[in-house]
Amino acid sequence: MSELLTINGLTKRFGGLAAVNAVSFSVAKGEVVGLLGPNGSGKTTVMNMISGHLPPTSGTIALGNETISGLLPNRIALKGVSRTFQLVRGLPSLTVAENVIAALAFGRRRLWGDTARLEALSRLDEVGLAHRANQLAQQLTYIDQKRMELARALALEPELLLLDEWLAGLNPTELRTGIELIDTIRKRGVTILMVEHVMDAIRALCSRCVVMNAGRKIADGPTAEALADREVITAYLGDAHA
Amino acid sequence: MSRALLSVFVFALVVAVLAYVPFIAGSYGITLGIGMLGYVTLATAWALFSGPTRYVSLATVAFFGIGAYTVAVFSENMAYPLLLAVAGAIGLAVALVVGLATLRLAGVYFVIFTFGLAELIRQLVTWYEVNVTGTLGRYIFLPVTPEGIYWQLLALATTAFLISWGIGRSRIGLALKVIGDDEVVASHCGIDIARVKLALFAVSAVLITLVGAIQAPRWTYVEPTIAFNPTVSFLTLIMALLGGANRLTGPLLGAVPLFMLFEWLSANFPNHYSIILGLVFIAIVFVLPRGVLAFVEENWRRWRKSGVKNLPAVAE
Ligand SMILES: Nc1ncnc2c1ncn2[C@@H]1O[C@H](COP(=O)(O)OP(=O)(O)OP(=O)(O)O)[C@@H](O)[C@H]1O
Ligand SMILES: [Mg+2]
Repeated sequence: MSELLTINGLTKRFGGLAAVNAVSFSVAKGEVVGLLGPNGSGKTTVMNMISGHLPPTSGTIALGNETISGLLPNRIALKGVSRTFQLVRGLPSLTVAENVIAALAFGRRRLWGDTARLEALSRLDEVGLAHRANQLAQQLTYIDQKRMELARALALEPELLLLDEWLAGLNPTELRTGIELIDTIRKRGVTILMVEHVMDAIRALCSRCVVMNAGRKIADGPTAEALADREVITAYLGDAHA
Repeated sequence: MSRALLSVFVFALVVAVLAYVPFIAGSYGITLGIGMLGYVTLATAWALFSGPTRYVSLATVAFFGIGAYTVAVFSENMAYPLLLAVAGAIGLAVALVVGLATLRLAGVYFVIFTFGLAELIRQLVTWYEVNVTGTLGRYIFLPVTPEGIYWQLLALATTAFLISWGIGRSRIGLALKVIGDDEVVASHCGIDIARVKLALFAVSAVLITLVGAIQAPRWTYVEPTIAFNPTVSFLTLIMALLGGANRLTGPLLGAVPLFMLFEWLSANFPNHYSIILGLVFIAIVFVLPRGVLAFVEENWRRWRKSGVKNLPAVAE
């Protein structure tokens, strides 16, 4: 399998804090990889560096053969990386459809007008939100905003999709739908790196997991093995019972 | 659809009526019209960039002066339309250079820089005229009638208005809305924020330059202190802010009454004009203490929100 994402020695410092410390891993084309770790271990910071939201302090990120670390988010988006945010970021004063059109209009296909509108509707339909297309984004419930954000991310036609706790806060029924949705996206050939705390989802979706603790990578392997790792168990239990 | 048709009709009617004004107005009326159309264009062009980006620019007179001075310098060696084209091109070139260098500055740094820019250009022109040309002032003799200037400004104001309207409906307009809501999301959607801002700054600057170029023949005699008078920047700013920089007709609504007020003040209190002007500035800012732009914007948002759904009003 060829590698789509290759991360090498990735480090991010905030003042004295090394939020991400010399992390290296890779994700092959078509894989769904879980990025796990206790709160504050640096998962979101890794996502932020991949999408270009934060520049790395050191280390490199490559998409295929191209180095993308150091590029601005808009350049990285056009190279085929899109994401959702842990704290959902809708565009509140735009309609739900316009939220998706934003990604279509400036993304790789540069759609506009009726074509963009139709495409936005079919993207929204995919996440079960087509009936809300003309509402303002700020009127959506939290869960629906998450759906909208995913539709927007998919509208960029990503090769690599970054999901930061996209399944958090869903009830059991919604969770099942959510897992199925991610699985459909995977089947379409989209490579996914997902930060997740919901174990059922991780077991159902991720063939492999990378586990972080305090900015460092502590495990990397097939999901069952990674979750059974001693260090991983200590990190999680220590955190969960603190 | 019928509402859109109605606005098009009203717009066309207003332009037609304004175009007819020189046939019935006296020379004072035309002079007044020229001043008013000039400021309407300046305020609309200013708001085109500063409204959505919230970058408060005091560089208006830098571009206005560049336009006027270009006409003054080349008026004897060029055909008139070419003169305007050259002025616009110089304005564009300066805007691109300045924009590339400064659009990463945020907030008050940008304000100070743009104010400094206008002063810098004035000093450069003065230095050049004194040391290279050997004279400070220049005469402009062009066969342009006041009516001609009036109609040109009307055409420019209409163009500025249409550009502003068109942007609201275009891809770049959507980009601006997205940027206004969340710059992080904007860049993650593939929007090149710096480029959008630069494009807008350039369009705005060219329009402002053309106002200066078209109005220049009215002066007959120019020198740097006339062409680069910082009051132009402040007036434009306060007009656009008063009316609301985020609405299509906002700058227009601010420019017309304030221009009339300042005209009246300078006619009736010529000696105390600057003092009263300062007091009016302060009064506007004092009445709207949290900044005129913020106030207008907030009310605009609230009004728009309550039009859709009754949200609890933000506590004052
Ligand atoms: N912009 C920032 N400035 C300063 N410190 C930051 C910043 N972003 C993250 N941090 C710090 O970096 C560390 C890692 O944060 P990060 O958000 O990456 O963790 P996480 O693994 O995503 O945690 P969670 O599971 O709670 O989302 C934390 O200590 C956090 O406080
Ligand atoms: Mg996180």
